[in-house]
Amino acid sequence: MSFQWNDCNGSFHPDSAMDFLPEGQLRALQLQRLRSTVERAYGNVELVRARMDGLGLKPSDIRTLDDIHRLPFMVKNDLRDTYPYGLFACPLSEVVRLHASSGTTGKPIVVGYTQNDMDTWGNVVMRALASTGMHRGDIIQIAFGYGLFTGGLGLHGGAEALGAAVIPISGGNSDRQIMVLRDFGVTAFACTPSYFIHLIEHAASMGVNLKELPLRVGVFGAEPWSEEMRCYIQRETNIRAFDIYGLSEIIGPGVGVECNCQNGIHIFEDHFLFEILDPETGVPLPDGEDGELVITTLSKEAMPIIRYRTHDITHVIAEPCACGRSLRRIARISRRSDDMLIIRGVNVFPSQIEAALLKVEKTLPHYQIIVRRDGDMDDMEIRIEVTAELFSDRVSEIERITKRLSHAVESTTGIHAKIRLVEPHTIERSEGKAKRVLDLRKLDTPKP
Amino acid sequence: MKIHQLSVFLENQPGHLATPCAILADAGINIITLTLADTQRFGILRLILQEWEKAQQILAAHGLITKITEVVAVQVEDRPGGLRTLLEVVEASGVNIEYMYAFTDRTEGKGVMVFRLDDADKGIAALLHAGVCLLNSEELYKLAQGGKQ
Repeated sequence: MSFQWNDCNGSFHPDSAMDFLPEGQLRALQLQRLRSTVERAYGNVELVRARMDGLGLKPSDIRTLDDIHRLPFMVKNDLRDTYPYGLFACPLSEVVRLHASSGTTGKPIVVGYTQNDMDTWGNVVMRALASTGMHRGDIIQIAFGYGLFTGGLGLHGGAEALGAAVIPISGGNSDRQIMVLRDFGVTAFACTPSYFIHLIEHAASMGVNLKELPLRVGVFGAEPWSEEMRCYIQRETNIRAFDIYGLSEIIGPGVGVECNCQNGIHIFEDHFLFEILDPETGVPLPDGEDGELVITTLSKEAMPIIRYRTHDITHVIAEPCACGRSLRRIARISRRSDDMLIIRGVNVFPSQIEAALLKVEKTLPHYQIIVRRDGDMDDMEIRIEVTAELFSDRVSEIERITKRLSHAVESTTGIHAKIRLVEPHTIERSEGKAKRVLDLRKLDTPKP
Repeated sequence: MKIHQLSVFLENQPGHLATPCAILADAGINIITLTLADTQRFGILRLILQEWEKAQQILAAHGLITKITEVVAVQVEDRPGGLRTLLEVVEASGVNIEYMYAFTDRTEGKGVMVFRLDDADKGIAALLHAGVCLLNSEELYKLAQGGKQ
């Protein structure tokens, strides 16, 4: 087959060849790996065996890729209920790495990796970085948290495999982040998009102009972010900002990534099989239709995951990508089925509000959505930290800007929002994942 | 003929006005006059100070959002009708007054009006043409020092 490769700035990495596998070969590989994954899980994981037995399913019933729809789902609570090692499909002696979630919303979840799993992880992250145009010789500052969180060490392994020089700085300490970024000749930066936006602001306050640095590539992930945020980052820093997708339950960062075309996330389908389903009914949706992303690991040994409900809402972009990769794309994830707010009966996603605020000129995304219940009515307030651009000595001017913001939110979500400008640094800063929503309705005691 | 005015964003909550005032007091910066525009949710503190640049730097270093704008200061007779002539001149020139505030000058028995005009240059020209006594920054600061003694 003819071979087209459009990543600029990069030298082609031999392992990226898997990104360009002919469709037929890719599906055959997926089926072969799906069958061995199901067999492995059925043979070694009590929870999977019990559920399949309950449905009268045997691993040998999986004959085509479409048969995946017959398999039972797995959800986050399955990982909690089997804490810590209940979903492992191998003896602990074969496990070489353990990661865990922080457990802020309940019992932590634990994930394990065999050496082969570590190699797979390194391989997908390396291919992810290569698709952003990174290459040997790049200097990458990894400001994802290191430790139990998969972000830092996941990026680390892939960047080393690529041959880049890795600065394992981890998250936090913004002064030092900017100093290293400026002094070390950093060409690539990895962290959450909200933390990078914070760093843009921080660099400015330190008198450092990011546009003048050799920094070229941003690899951002671990939380949903909008196209408007990308435009803001690219405009303020002259870098190209790429979305890396992943979740610890599946492998960590590196489940998928944007290529140089910045138009959708290529999923590394040789290792991950994905479906887009109606989140209510579980029925597969046609390409282009928004639904919940469900992922099955195809090569994980320590912890094979079958049909994991990610709660991430997206759709398949069916058209072939101009980069030439045969890996199918999903639209960037800007919302999750579980961060949806229902305000006065209307579904509202924080990402919609973010997009609306960013549409209004010069607005930085330091905001917080506060939902209250006033009597029987839901009340949405958006607190926005005032900036020099938003501020004026004239009341009428400030009111005009808040009206524009309010109008933008209302026209996007259909909900009227009170806009409240607050003094700088009064909204809690996110060094990691952003906490943008304060839903105070949950704290209300029911009326007698 | 323009005077620098320093504006500070404040949330309309108890104690918030005290913050910038305390910062300026600690820095030994004197406020010649001030006015507070308040709405239900926020307030704008507008200050006239001789050391406006230093004041802005210090307030910004404390994380406050500030803005420098140019205003026009006019000396008027501290008697009934003193303001009227002035307003008629501005009105006739077609210049809009965004807001204004006043303070009195005890030593000379006169008042000082501070105007924020939508077209300051045009307003100044009209006022000068009508023979109104406009104060430049040096005159204003001198006058303020006299008033303090």
